[in-house]
This record gives sequence, structure tokens and C-alpha cells, in this order.
Amino acid sequence: MSGDAGAVSAALSHLGDYLGWHVLLSLSAMLIGVSISLPLAVLCARLRLLRATALGFAGIIQTIPSLALLALFYPLLLGLSAFTRATFGIGFRALGFLPALAALALYSMLPVLRNTIAGLDGVDPAVKKAARGVGMTHSQMLFLVELPLAAPVILAGIRIAAVWVIGTATLSTPVGQTSLGNYIFTGLQTENWVFVLFGCGAAAVLTLLVDRLLALAEAGVVRRSKLRIAAAGLGLVLVFGAALLPLTADAGSRPAVVGTKNFEEQYILGALIEDRLRAAGYSTVRRDGLGSTVIFDALAAGEIDVYVDYSGTVWADDMKRRDRPGRRAVLAQMTDWLRRTRGIRCLGGLGFENAYAFAMRRDRAAALGIHSLADLARFAPALRIGGDYEIFSRPEWRAVEQVYGVKFGTERQYQSNFLYRAVASGDVDVVSAFSTDGRIPLYDLKVLSDPKGALPPYDAVLLVSPARAKDANFIAALTPLLGAIDLGRMQRANLMADREKGKRSPEEIAADLDAFVAARRLQRGRK
Amino acid sequence: MIELRGLSKHYGPVAAVDGVSLRIETGEFLVLAGQSGSGKTTTLSLINRLIEPSSGAILIDCADTRETDPVALRRQIGFVFQDIGLFPHMTVAENAGIALKLAGRARREIDARVDELLALVRLPPERFRNALPAALSGGQRQRVGVARALAASPRLMLMDEPFGALDPLTRDELAADYRRIHERLGLTTVLVTHDMTEAMLLGDRIALMREGRLVQAGTPRELISSPADEFVRAMMDSPTKRARALADLQAGRA
Repeated sequence: MSGDAGAVSAALSHLGDYLGWHVLLSLSAMLIGVSISLPLAVLCARLRLLRATALGFAGIIQTIPSLALLALFYPLLLGLSAFTRATFGIGFRALGFLPALAALALYSMLPVLRNTIAGLDGVDPAVKKAARGVGMTHSQMLFLVELPLAAPVILAGIRIAAVWVIGTATLSTPVGQTSLGNYIFTGLQTENWVFVLFGCGAAAVLTLLVDRLLALAEAGVVRRSKLRIAAAGLGLVLVFGAALLPLTADAGSRPAVVGTKNFEEQYILGALIEDRLRAAGYSTVRRDGLGSTVIFDALAAGEIDVYVDYSGTVWADDMKRRDRPGRRAVLAQMTDWLRRTRGIRCLGGLGFENAYAFAMRRDRAAALGIHSLADLARFAPALRIGGDYEIFSRPEWRAVEQVYGVKFGTERQYQSNFLYRAVASGDVDVVSAFSTDGRIPLYDLKVLSDPKGALPPYDAVLLVSPARAKDANFIAALTPLLGAIDLGRMQRANLMADREKGKRSPEEIAADLDAFVAARRLQRGRK
Repeated sequence: MIELRGLSKHYGPVAAVDGVSLRIETGEFLVLAGQSGSGKTTTLSLINRLIEPSSGAILIDCADTRETDPVALRRQIGFVFQDIGLFPHMTVAENAGIALKLAGRARREIDARVDELLALVRLPPERFRNALPAALSGGQRQRVGVARALAASPRLMLMDEPFGALDPLTRDELAADYRRIHERLGLTTVLVTHDMTEAMLLGDRIALMREGRLVQAGTPRELISSPADEFVRAMMDSPTKRARALADLQAGRA
């Protein structure tokens, strides 16, 4: 159980940062959402046409899955930022706080809008008539009679919105905004269930606390009890204040931002990069679990400073190249293209490839006589293939389909750490895999060869943002990593994070790798 | 003095009020009577511009009401509603003093005036000042309604079936109390009712309406002695018929 205790204390060490951002994000989104939807609802209560439009719009927003809504704001803001930069010379960060804020603010609108309209509609017509009769103007009627009478219903709407927003804010992690979701997403990827539970628990406690306090405020309004309202207000101030306090502590110079994609190898390498940068005196923050396209655009826009990408990904996704000139030529042309078109500096390879590969259980492959993708094509219609969320929409997969003419009977998608279990247990026959994955040797899987060269090379490369490209200290801190990690070392490192027993955190593994890199450098220096 | 000149209100093809002309003298207690749907409440609401007329004019002391801002007009005229319409989130004192608050009077002045008003409608201020409407009986609520209407010292009071929803004892008591207030303050009152007994006992004059038109206006005695048509006769007769039937019942002749 000492491992679990370690995981709990590791989780606790992040609490100030994660909770602080979670509260800051939710609170800002609520303030914006309410200050838009409250006046809008008042207008809606008066104008029939606007009511149908506004409620319809808010209803549609609600039907968009929350994660998709958050993700949609990234390209939107990126475009907007490019536009303002071109027109006014001022851009803004399209990743992180802003897209999360915008999506959550929109998300909070429906309950407030709906309840405010219902509350205003519910005011007794006799009372409204009397208000006109005693000579109230429209605004006096609104502020002296209608809003006070609708207040309990409006507050109930705000309460619903707050619960939704605090819950949904956990999904802002994938767009690069730190939140309690960092526990959940990191935990899910690294199978650190203590982290997942901790994240869910923290979000639930925060939600319940805010819900109860708002319920108290609501009861205070219904019973016209100033004491209850004051207690609820004080409670909310205390909760928010306590949560936000840690954020004010470290508001120093801009830290170096290390990005990672959403799998273990990336977390390990992210931690390794952080170790190197910290040793060189940089303060660092992480933007974890970003999607392939998001992370590349974010680097080009300077929203993250460094991350590890794979040559074939840039070749196919960003350069849109379909030709296969070979490993060295891809690396050279890519480096040149990144510098010319984006100002991104490619420092070079880390020393291993993490290529797309297709793997089968060794016994099953032997039974069918499958050794290569060409062999696979003959059996594919009768077989089931499992892939991660990306593979089937990627150009690499289309290349394999075209070059070998494979067409599977069934395609299934899994989260990457369930993928290997699916093939090991026989749920699927073939899986897409990554060549550095420690589970390939662990589950005794056979990687099918690619005789026609349909798949591009995937050298792990260090990419540095245009802004940091000329920062000599920054570059010098990362240079020792180049060529330092071979395939076997990366596979072993990944396995340490993936295995069921004796599992280690990405930070621990990164520390080992860092020590190894340092030792290697020392040896070289001596030679 | 209030003068209605050829007053009409149309809702599409339907005329709710149809060419009503009527003079109401200062200090007079006029009852607008008639059956449901005869247009009496609409006529009342036209006077303080809660409803705008389709045609015709209303003059109060020779000034056309269309030349006064409707909000300002309503603040000069007291209005008492059948469904009372007290503001449920305000205390009795806040309800009674609302017109003064809207007029921007000082807090102390409002408090003093509210106590005076509550005493006038026979609600002991120290007991009722801080009560919420929900804690009052129907009669007490309408007393607050009357106090609210009187707060800004209006010369004209409009009352829309003010005692209609009350039990008989409370109704008689409140009607008698209001009539006394009318005398004491020298008010001009226009009261709408469909209850002919109430109309005959309260009103200096009765204006009888049918299907949006004014049929006849006069003192109760005039309407009884020389009714304009069968409708007026039937309306004026009904309380007498009922009184006779009741007398028979009491005498054991039924």
C-alpha cells in the first residue's frame, strides 16, 4: 500500500495548483455567463421572438458534447487571434484559459436563461397590474417587483449552472487549461487510479460545497432571511478565497511551457524535459494531454515552448507529404520546412523511433502464417482490428489500406491502454501499436513488417517554439537529450509506467532517464 | 370634475366600450354598474390609462389625460383592484408607502404617513406595520390595498370591484368604512361593481352599462322611478325582489 500512499501525497502536491485554476475558471465562466444571460433573459421575457431564438440557441449549445464544445473553441480562437494580430498587431493565447472560459460560459447560460424567464413569467399578473396601477415605470417594475419575486427561481438556475460548470471544467485539461481534470486525464493515461479517484473526489466535494452554499442563499431569499444570505455569501467567499490563494503565490516571470500529447511516453519525456529545464534555472509548467494538431499549432503560436513530436506525424499531418524518401531525408526536409514556414526549431532526434506499427498475438500470427502487412491483407476481411482514437482517420492508415489493399471485417476504437488487453484477450485480432510500447514484448506481440514502405519513419524529435528558438540557455539545457535514448531504453521506460505491478510514475522514470543522460554525458566528456 | 367624451375601446371587431360620454362631479361617489362583460372595468382602466382608448377623450379638471405622461397620471390617481395585488415580498408598511417611495419622499416622512394611512383604514400600525401580506386575512389585505391607493393623497379614486372577493360581513364593514373615508377626505370615487345592492347603497349616482354602452346614469331614486328601458328596470328591481323573498322567508310565508 506504500505505493498508494505515495500516489496520494503526489496527488496532494498538485492540489493547490489544480483546484485554484479549477475555481478561477469556473468562477470566471459563471460571472460571464450570468452577466450575459440575466439581462438577455429579461429582454426575452418581454420580446417573444428573441425568447425563441435565445432559448433555441442555448438549447443547441447544450446538445453539443461538452468536450467537443471546449475543443471547438481552440481553432476558433486561433483564427481570431491570427486576425487580431494581422489587423491590430495584438494576438492572444488560443490555448488554455480562453477556450475553456468561453465554452463554460456558454454552457452556463441555458439554466440561468430558462429559469430567469420562467421566474419572470411566474410573477402573479395581479401583482404586475398593481405595479403599473401605482405608477411604476418598466424598470421600477423590474427591479422592485419582478426580479425580487423571481429571485428564488433565478437562483435555482444559477445553482444548476454552477454544478454543471464545475463538473464540466474538468474537461478543460485537453485544451491545455490546468484544472482538477488533470488528475483524471493523467490518471487515466497512466492507469493511476488514485489520481483518477482523487480528481473525481475533489471535483465532487467542490461541487457539493458550492451547491449547498447556493441552496442556503436560495433558502435565504425565499424566507427573506438576511442571516442565511449573509452566511452563504461568506461561505462562498471563503471557499473561493481558500482555493484561489495558492495561485497568487507564484506570479513571477513567464515559465517555460512543456507540452505533451496524451500517452505515457509523452508524460515521461515531458517530465524529462522539465527536469532538464529546471536544472538550467527555468521555472516550468506543463500542458498535458494535447491532441496532435492542437499541440503543433500551439507550438507555432508560442503557447507552448517545447514538446516531443515524431517526424512522420509532421510529414503527413502538417507537410501533407505522401512520398517516402527515407528516414534521413524526412528528418532533413522536415527540419528545413519547420524553420521556413513556422519558425519552429527542430533540435534533432532523441535517438529512437516511435513508429506506427500493426501487431498480432505471436501464436495467432503463426497459426495464420502472417508475417507482414502484405500477408495480413489476405486475411483482413475475416479479422477484427482495434485502433486508438486517431489511427483510422490518419493518412498512415489510408496509405496502408491503399498500398496493401487491406480491408478489415470489423474496426474498433479503444483508449490506448485498453488496446493491448483487447488483442491479448482475443477481442480483436490485430491492433495498431507504437513501436516503443513496452507492452509489445510484455504481451508477446508480433509487429508485422512493412515490405512496401507504406508507413513513414517516426523519429522522436525535440521541437522548440519560435520564441525560444534563439534562447541559447534553453537550447543548451535540452541538447544533451539528443541521440541519448535508444529504442530499448524507451520501451523499458514505457513498460515501467504501463505494467500492473511495480508501476512507477512518469516523474520517477524521467528522473532515472535524466540520471542516465547525465552519466552518459560525463563519460563522453572524459573521452 | 371628470368628463368622458365619446369614449370607445375596440379589440379587433369587438367594441368593449362603445361611445361612452359621462360627467362625474368633484366629490361625487359614482358607481359604474352592469353585468359581466358590459365594459365597466375597461372604462375604469381607461381613466388612468392602464388601457389606451381607440377613440374619444377623458378630461380631468378640463385637462386631457393624453397630455399627461401615463406614469405621472397613475401616480395622481388611486386605484384599488379586485384581486388586491399586494406585493408579496414587501411588508404592509412598504406596500402602503410604495407610491411615496416612487415619488422619492424621505424615509421618515413615508413612515409617518404610512402610520396615518393604516390608522385611517383601521389597521393598528404597531400590529400590522411589519407584517407580510401572506399573514393577513382577505379583508385586512384589501384595507392595505385602500391605504396604498390613498398614500399619495389623490383627489380621484378608481375602485375595480374592491369588495367582490370578500365575505359578506367583511364586505359590508369595509364598504361602510370606505364611504366614510370618501366623505372625510372629500374624494371623487368611481367604483365598479355588478352587485346592484352595493351600487344602490354606496353610490351618489349609478351609471348602468350594457354591451359597452352607457344605458342610463342617475341617482338610485331616479333610476328606480323612471328607468330608461326594461333592462334598467330589471336591474334596479332585482335587489327589491330579493329583499321581498328574504322578508317572506323570515316571516315564514315561503
